[in-house]
Amino acid sequence: MEYPDTTWVQAAAYLGAAFSVGFGAIGAALGEGYAAGIAAQSIGKNPGESGNILKNMLIGQAVAESAGIFALVVSMLLAFVVPAEAPLISAYCYLGAGLAMGLGAIGSGMGSGFPAAEACRGIADNPPTSGMLTTNMLIGSAICQTPSIFGMVVAFMLMFIDFGQQPLWPGWAAMLGAGCAVGFGAIGSGVGSGIPAGTSTAGIARQPAAVGSIRTNMLIGSAVSQTPSIFGMVVAFMLIFLDWSHVPAWPTWAGLLGAGLSTGLAAIGPGIGNGFTAGEAAAGIARVPDSSGPVTTTMLIAQGVAQSTVIYGFLVSLIMIFMPPTEYDASMTAWATLLSAGLCMGFGGIGPGIGEGMAGAYAVRRIARDMEVNVLITRVMLVGQAVSESTGIYSLIVSLLLLFVV
Amino acid sequence: MAAEIAGTDLVRAAALLGAGIAMGLGAIGPGVGEGFAAGKACEAIGKNPKEAGLLTRTMLVGQAVSESTGIYSLVVALLLIFVV
Repeated sequence: MEYPDTTWVQAAAYLGAAFSVGFGAIGAALGEGYAAGIAAQSIGKNPGESGNILKNMLIGQAVAESAGIFALVVSMLLAFVVPAEAPLISAYCYLGAGLAMGLGAIGSGMGSGFPAAEACRGIADNPPTSGMLTTNMLIGSAICQTPSIFGMVVAFMLMFIDFGQQPLWPGWAAMLGAGCAVGFGAIGSGVGSGIPAGTSTAGIARQPAAVGSIRTNMLIGSAVSQTPSIFGMVVAFMLIFLDWSHVPAWPTWAGLLGAGLSTGLAAIGPGIGNGFTAGEAAAGIARVPDSSGPVTTTMLIAQGVAQSTVIYGFLVSLIMIFMPPTEYDASMTAWATLLSAGLCMGFGGIGPGIGEGMAGAYAVRRIARDMEVNVLITRVMLVGQAVSESTGIYSLIVSLLLLFVV
Repeated sequence: MAAEIAGTDLVRAAALLGAGIAMGLGAIGPGVGEGFAAGKACEAIGKNPKEAGLLTRTMLVGQAVSESTGIYSLVVALLLIFVV
């Protein structure tokens, strides 16, 4: 098929628009549906507060919707505004933009549903606290939206910056890889930040007097949960803005795509895992406000350990970006090794991140109740997390073998 | 073993891709499962600190069993890279 470049660029723009709104619709709808269900349940429990609960549900759903709106905006821009008269590499930029925004909106939409639901539940159980609950819901949901904003920023860059001076090969892989890095990377952090937002809101309903320490802990825990998506965005920026004209086209393309997948996929696990830990920490402090010291300490330790697999993913990405192949090699083995290393570390980062996060969650939940044994519990948690880390290390080893030994 | 296989380059590439997918996907399950075990052990120790030694040992034995599929994935990945 011999078509001019503009045909392919236009086709890619429409596909990108489809990815953006298609993926982006998933998260917001799930989160809002969950909020609606819990709102109905709450009104059933306390019909007198139905006006207040409905209003709170709509506000919370509006915040969850924002990720979907970003996705719709990017979709409209891709379908109607971006120029088709652009160099061929723009086709991949538009596809990458669709992935970046679409995938990036999934987590944030889902995550924001959780604080909305808990606020409705809290208003039914403890109506005088409704002002504080709405405030906390808004703060927590706003943090939760950050990963989708990262996705939107990268999408706008891909849509509107002229990348004509990047070579088509391997530039196309850099653009797609950037979309994957920020897109996948945002999923975990979006969901992960929603969990402490929700549990802290529930906790404030139960213990309004402790709102200060609960909210502080939520902010710390949520902020740490955001870190994996920041790694994803950093890798996306590196892929987009570094000059690829001095590297051989083949097999570097596989390395760039692999770099995007390595950090992007690996960020899913720690994002969610850190969210579990932060969620239980906020809930524990709500139950026993005096425990905020040991709980926060162990939460940070657990989150730090759970963060490790996204750091391995980032390391593999950095190796593939900054130590690209030096010679042109069109054999199939050459590109398969690079792509395989990216997939291996990417997928391999998911499980340990979630598992270590769960270990931290149960640990801090227990520490809130039994502060005297916090050192013992933390020690056992670290041992358990270390064992859970093992498969993440196997993935790193296999990735490094593929990169350096094969 | 097998007779002349055409396209050995393609076959090797498939093996290498497979190695990465095998280890990557194979790390998901043990990571989540062992983390859950660690968490529940922490909870149990909090409820019953005197039994910390027994509980830790149980956790480690359970995690070792859960690790087994992760080891299978590692072995297959290494086989695909170095042996086939």
